[in-house]
Amino acid sequence: MVEKTPILDTLTYVFLIAGIIIVGFPIIYAVIAATLPIEDVSRVPMPFIPGDQFWVNIREAWVRGDLGNHLLNSFIMASGITLGKIVVSLLGAFSIVYFDYRFRTVVFVSVFCTLMLPVEVRILPTYEMAANLLGPLQELWRFLHLDGIVSWIAGHEIEMTLEWSILDSYTGLIMPLIASATCTFLFRQFFLTIPEELCEAAKMDGASAMTFFRKILIPLSKTNIAALVVIEFVYGWNQYLWPLLITTKPQMMTAVIGLQHLIPAADDLPYWNVALAGSLLVMLPPVLVVLFMQRWFVKGLVEREK
Amino acid sequence: MIKRSLFSSKTLPYLLILPQIVVTLTFFYWPAAQGLMQSVMRSDPFGQHSTFIWFANFTALFKDPLYLKSIATTVFFSVCVTVSSISIGLFIATMANRALKAKAVVRTALIWPYAVAPAISGILWLFLLHPSYGIVALGIKRWFGVDWNPVLRGSDAMVMIIMASAWKEISYNFVFFIAGLQAIPKSLIEAAAIDGASPFRRFWTITVPLLSPTLFFVTVMNIIYAFFDTFGVVHVMTQGGPGGATNTLVYKVYQDGFIGLNMGGSAAQSVVLMTLIIVITVIQFKYVEQKVQYTG
Repeated sequence: MVEKTPILDTLTYVFLIAGIIIVGFPIIYAVIAATLPIEDVSRVPMPFIPGDQFWVNIREAWVRGDLGNHLLNSFIMASGITLGKIVVSLLGAFSIVYFDYRFRTVVFVSVFCTLMLPVEVRILPTYEMAANLLGPLQELWRFLHLDGIVSWIAGHEIEMTLEWSILDSYTGLIMPLIASATCTFLFRQFFLTIPEELCEAAKMDGASAMTFFRKILIPLSKTNIAALVVIEFVYGWNQYLWPLLITTKPQMMTAVIGLQHLIPAADDLPYWNVALAGSLLVMLPPVLVVLFMQRWFVKGLVEREK
Repeated sequence: MIKRSLFSSKTLPYLLILPQIVVTLTFFYWPAAQGLMQSVMRSDPFGQHSTFIWFANFTALFKDPLYLKSIATTVFFSVCVTVSSISIGLFIATMANRALKAKAVVRTALIWPYAVAPAISGILWLFLLHPSYGIVALGIKRWFGVDWNPVLRGSDAMVMIIMASAWKEISYNFVFFIAGLQAIPKSLIEAAAIDGASPFRRFWTITVPLLSPTLFFVTVMNIIYAFFDTFGVVHVMTQGGPGGATNTLVYKVYQDGFIGLNMGGSAAQSVVLMTLIIVITVIQFKYVEQKVQYTG
């Protein structure tokens, strides 16, 4: 520091520790609650000494909340969104930055219009779309009166219904959430900073576009990809509204949604120890990802600002 | 912008952009167009017939006292969440920036709530603020002498969702503020110190103005978070109740559309939200271009 301010320095550490304790308190408290038997957790105030029922509560939450199945669903959904977004946006950004073609501007503008609109503001129509992916074709079919033409050709009345529902499926959980241009935008920004000489040199050495993409662009983007993996994994794992809407079968539910059934209702026995044990288990994967990949994550998060 | 040195191919660029286009068209443009269309239609509950009714859905919406109440609720909620999480985040980040030795440890200790789902944050706080078992609820009852009951009283329920939503966002703000603070040149602070400015004076006249771009960005992101990402918190903690006291706009779209099956009304609400977020985005881009900075 610039000058010596012992009082302020002490205060700094005091406030800092107080801040960390306040921010960490809900979790610390939940961890303690998750180790207690029900008699202790429903005492007011709850004892602050951890008990020995942790594994019992975890097992109870696992069985009662069907967490094995739900965690698997969450994992598939989060990885699917992460992988899908990164692949789609890497290819898209490559096309937009390294090629010149007639519809490039149209494509660019139409993709980046989607930049900020989250699923939350278009839930109902997106749900209808997921209920029948072929809906638009059906509309086109009706618009062109193809029913009539087909009936005329076949000689008798035929009614066509096109239906392909992705409700209650992994495709349905994953695909609509891939439709966002944030990653494409970030990769585009990054590709623009890559020196022109690299591309020229690659071309001079006779590399094709895809070779350049595979051998030069992907390795250069490694840190960005790592950062986006963390951000998108956390985003996918923590999705709430969309999985709530499109899953009706219990075995397709994601872990975050499933937890709701563990919360004790007003006239139930207050099994908060089980509910909190389950919550800790479900929040663990994204928390671990963030903690272990902290460096890339912070970089990626702050990079988004630009 | 585009590179000077390009690859030339007739089909390859289209093939590369194809997945993005397909996904965007099916899950973005088509639903958005449908939403726009439904918002100017009235359809019967079975979806058999729909009639074009111009902007009747919108006028009905803005005449509906429940919707106006929901707007007020959402604005109040977002302002509280944004102000509290930004001020706490900035405060801790300033402290952490002073504590040079412990910076990495502090960051690790504060960063992980970012990864907690809003809904799970809701569960944790539901327990802490439970009228009969919660320790924080007990503290509120003892210290403030109020009869804490979020199940029955709307204002208590509001406090509850604000706490659960703001808590999670502190770590997000902290990450940005600590990055912003580290980018401020030490020489500026030292020069001011030599001129005799106290640490607090330096904070208000140097740090805060230089931090304004970060502050602006974080504010926008927090508002977006409070508007759209807190659905899980509301759904887990209050389901919009009691008596619609925590019925935020996004929660209302869900309730009217999926539970009330009022397609036109729900679509009109979606369109209002879309417009809102487009306006926020435009403002953001405008200011990011101008780079909010120290000006005077």
